[in-house]
Amino acid sequence: MNNLSVSHLTGIRDLTAEDIEMIFKTADSFKDVINRPIKKVPSLRDITIANLFFENSTRTRLSFELAAKRLSADVVNFTAANSSVKKGETLIDTVNNILSMKVDMVVIRHASPGAASFLTKHIPAKVINAGDGTHEHPTQALLDAYSIREKLGTVKGKKVAIIGDILHSRVALSNIYCLQKLGAEVMVCGPSTLIPKYIERLGVKVSHNLHEALMWCDVANMLRIQLERQDIQYFPSLRDYALQFGLNQELLDSLGKEIVIMHPGPINRGVEITSEVADGDQSIILNQVENGVAIRMAVIYLLASQIER
Amino acid sequence: MDKQVILDAQQFDLTLTRLCHELIEQHSDFSNTVLIGLQPRGIHVVKRLRDKLYEILSTTPVCGNLDITFYRDDFRRREKPIIPSVTNIDFSIENKQVILVDDVLFTGRTIRSGLDALLTFGRPTKVQLLVLIDRRFNRDLPIQADYIGKSVDTLFHEKVKVSWLEVDGEDKVELYMKDSNE
Repeated sequence: MNNLSVSHLTGIRDLTAEDIEMIFKTADSFKDVINRPIKKVPSLRDITIANLFFENSTRTRLSFELAAKRLSADVVNFTAANSSVKKGETLIDTVNNILSMKVDMVVIRHASPGAASFLTKHIPAKVINAGDGTHEHPTQALLDAYSIREKLGTVKGKKVAIIGDILHSRVALSNIYCLQKLGAEVMVCGPSTLIPKYIERLGVKVSHNLHEALMWCDVANMLRIQLERQDIQYFPSLRDYALQFGLNQELLDSLGKEIVIMHPGPINRGVEITSEVADGDQSIILNQVENGVAIRMAVIYLLASQIER
Repeated sequence: MDKQVILDAQQFDLTLTRLCHELIEQHSDFSNTVLIGLQPRGIHVVKRLRDKLYEILSTTPVCGNLDITFYRDDFRRREKPIIPSVTNIDFSIENKQVILVDDVLFTGRTIRSGLDALLTFGRPTKVQLLVLIDRRFNRDLPIQADYIGKSVDTLFHEKVKVSWLEVDGEDKVELYMKDSNE
């Protein structure tokens, strides 16, 4: 089998369907490893990975850190909140300083779209995008598609509705690219203020009616309202949003069919999804988190195998 | 390249039968012994041994497959990443006698990785090694087999190929020798 067609993971847009399949196949093996008594393999003993998080994160940072450690790589963590960034250091300076401490791979989350891609042009290390503003979040999309594949057997031909704040969501964009490359149909659903103009050009269906979207889909991926990115008022109130676009058990039961419920986290319980649904039988939210470690191990492993000795 | 048949179909079968009897000699009814084949080619040896042991004992020993990809010592020394095969050990090896099984023992590096991989599943009381072909005098590491189908003396650059009826159409072992004028 060949190597990945890319030398960094900045976005799903650059990947081929074969790349994604290779990542999934590798992740299958790692999922097996992380369920063993000793959840660790020695493959990346000689690799050092820096996790650079210029934006808040719990799941993704922990997931990347665990993934690296379970491959036996050394990990250094950096969060912007208590760093020299506050003293005025530029991104490239910060990263180059870290690289001079012999780091082979950088995982970066940054509020600016294109930050990861920018780094690939200026530093000699491997770069993995862990979320760049409202642009892409490739490993989340990979683990979402992987979770659908695990639950439904395949992604091809499935109908996936992405529901909520599409405008501010990097998860939505990466998911659209990923699902389409794997042959799924995608619909986005939300208030018209939170759906980007011309998004149909990506080949997705658009709906402003939650019931309609749920009737259409096999899988519903519920997104969080990203209040921290909303500069103006996009809907009257959270209560109003929850009434129109919140998923509750009653609505789910009224569909007359079983759909899979996903959420990339963090959940705002009672807004986009009620606790009953989030913790219910149809939800695979915690499976997504488990699969996240396996997917990130696969991505790190495949990229690290390209590093020359 | 010249080639020479080391084992033909009949010798192949006799060798496997002898290996089974050697195993029974030491492990009697396999009540506390498991066979684990190393991916990708060791699993064929295990499958045959299991079938033969069933013919002789009327019970089947517990068998598994072990993939060693992530434990290899040549990661990043190869052009392409090695895509792993399936590991299938759905039983505990704690306090068991484990027989690691592979088709060819050459440098010993695969077995070294196999031991590392195996020990992540628990602590067996004993680990033994069974190989169909032992390429003597080519070892990089101090590893020897406990059960050997056939020992052959080969040069480092030569190649031993084990073919299986179920995947390659016939049972045989061949040695590919380098031409003297090459």
